[in-house]
Amino acid sequence: MSAVLRATGLGKRYGRRWALTDCTVDVPRGRVVGLVGPNGAGKSTFLNLAVGLLTPSSGEIEVLGERPTGRRARRGKVGFVGQDTPTYAALSVADHLRLGAHLNPYWDGALAADRISGLGLDPGQRAGRLSGGQRAQLALTLGIAKRPDLLLLDEPVASLDPLARREFLQDLMEAVAEQELSVVLSSHLVSDVERACDYLVVLVDSRVQVAGDIEELLSTHHRLTGPRRDPAQLPADQHVVAASHTDRQSTLLVRTDRPILDPGWEVSQVDLEDLVLAYLGRSAAEPGSSARPSLEALR
Amino acid sequence: MIWLTWRQFRVSAFIMLGALAVGLLVLGVTGPQLADSWQVSQQSFFDQLATDRVKTAIFHAGTAVVYALPAVVGVFWGAPTVARELEAGTSRLVWTQGVTRIRWLATKLGVAGAGAAIVGLGGLAFTWWCAPIDDAVAEGYSDPGMLSVPRLWPELFGSRGVVPLAMTVLALVIGVTAGLLVRRSIAAMAVTLVAVVAVQLVFPLVVQARLLPPKELTTTITEDRLTEFTGRPGSAPDEMVVERIGVSIDSPGAWITSNQTLDDSGTVVATFPSWVAECAAPPGQQDAETAACFDRLAAEGYRQHVEYHPASRFWTLQLIETGLMLGLALVLAGFCFWRIRRDLT
Repeated sequence: MSAVLRATGLGKRYGRRWALTDCTVDVPRGRVVGLVGPNGAGKSTFLNLAVGLLTPSSGEIEVLGERPTGRRARRGKVGFVGQDTPTYAALSVADHLRLGAHLNPYWDGALAADRISGLGLDPGQRAGRLSGGQRAQLALTLGIAKRPDLLLLDEPVASLDPLARREFLQDLMEAVAEQELSVVLSSHLVSDVERACDYLVVLVDSRVQVAGDIEELLSTHHRLTGPRRDPAQLPADQHVVAASHTDRQSTLLVRTDRPILDPGWEVSQVDLEDLVLAYLGRSAAEPGSSARPSLEALR
Repeated sequence: MIWLTWRQFRVSAFIMLGALAVGLLVLGVTGPQLADSWQVSQQSFFDQLATDRVKTAIFHAGTAVVYALPAVVGVFWGAPTVARELEAGTSRLVWTQGVTRIRWLATKLGVAGAGAAIVGLGGLAFTWWCAPIDDAVAEGYSDPGMLSVPRLWPELFGSRGVVPLAMTVLALVIGVTAGLLVRRSIAAMAVTLVAVVAVQLVFPLVVQARLLPPKELTTTITEDRLTEFTGRPGSAPDEMVVERIGVSIDSPGAWITSNQTLDDSGTVVATFPSWVAECAAPPGQQDAETAACFDRLAAEGYRQHVEYHPASRFWTLQLIETGLMLGLALVLAGFCFWRIRRDLT
């Protein structure tokens, strides 16, 4: 599986503050990737680096096999929908489509027009008069109609109400299915990712905590409940992601490729939310806890 | 990209060009009348002009407009072009649509710069309109008011010829630079206004006199050349201590930058001897005594040293100042291209 997006030791510094440090991640082709993390985790910075709006302070990032400012990106093979989905308030919807046609070499005018009429947008309407959801849809149309190989979306639904959120994501899924493009979508809400994505990257404190196919992640993570015991005594192939103890009982979230054989544990499945929260909580509890074991375990 | 830039720009461009067209119409109608008036009346030209309310008003308003144009262009075209996009995030939209930032900025500067240059041509039209007045000044006619101020003087120099054009282009680039650095429209507009006005003050007050070394002239002080005679009351009653004497030179329309009295040793006089007060006399009341006083000034070696730029230098100075302004605009534009390549989110 070739990587559509590959970061190696990627870091970005604003003045003295590092917004992203030592980020290493491979995003496979043909997936819809959910980039999840709390606010300020570096999601926007990562995506802005990927699309070439920022230049890395350290490390490297490759998009479609070359640097983000390379020729492919310039030829319009990378689409981007920015945070708050910016559009020109004074320009009409039709003007935006013409803008896309003028600025992109592979612009698909028919696709754009279809989408706009399918959404029920009035082409003569000024973008400034659109609702937040409609504006996001317009920005998404601009991103999709350029026929990119990779589409990056930076919190596209953050400012939308739940209904508009769902419509937007559904719409995105349909476009992905039709066009076979790779997507990276950032969000701080697990439910968005659950609805839209099949691959998960959890970014906390500018580090990748876990990355992998969502189904695979769910099938290799287990919640173990049983009499209290020290997590260090678990078999070597079981990695503890999160542990909580009461006086008599231990609850562990572990990751392992093999079945849990110990009859002392009551084993239950985890859902995506539990899994993400476990990783978010882990990094807070153990600052600097390395992402490496989890990543290695993935390969 | 040109399409997009023009699309964003066209409303304000039409407004600006419409206003420019109205201005050109007014100048086009009244200009030939002014030229006729000069052809017919010659020496009474300024007397006639002073009574012509409309043309006097056009002269003053035109000068004011030509001085205001750069600030208007810089504030309303230059500053928002970049700042508004950075503020709204639409620059990110465009930069991820297959357009490099360099091309984005170049197109903006190109389209708006062309607009600014067209607007700046208004200065040339006004110069054409003022030609009869400038001719009259060159012939040595004058008027007690503002009308006959030579065009070489710093008060008017920046409102004539090609300098307004260069200043307008410079103001536009100042606006773009401010937008790029400040990144918020309103703040960038304010910064631009201050910067443009500062440049418009620095050029006449500081730069213009240094563009070329002045010509020098040393002449005797005579009664009919006297233009300035300044003193202060002395210690005794009725006594006056003379501090400064100024003379005119036979060079109509010249800009005198220095007008000093030297004594026989060649040093600049700070305070004249008390008898010089005798030279003062209201016009028409000169008598043998004042004549004797001027003779004595000459006999004791007092002479006037004048530094000036002759009227014939007008276009030379215009071109030098234009070059300076356009050079400054180029440097700023270069800075913008350097800055745009760096992170801007």
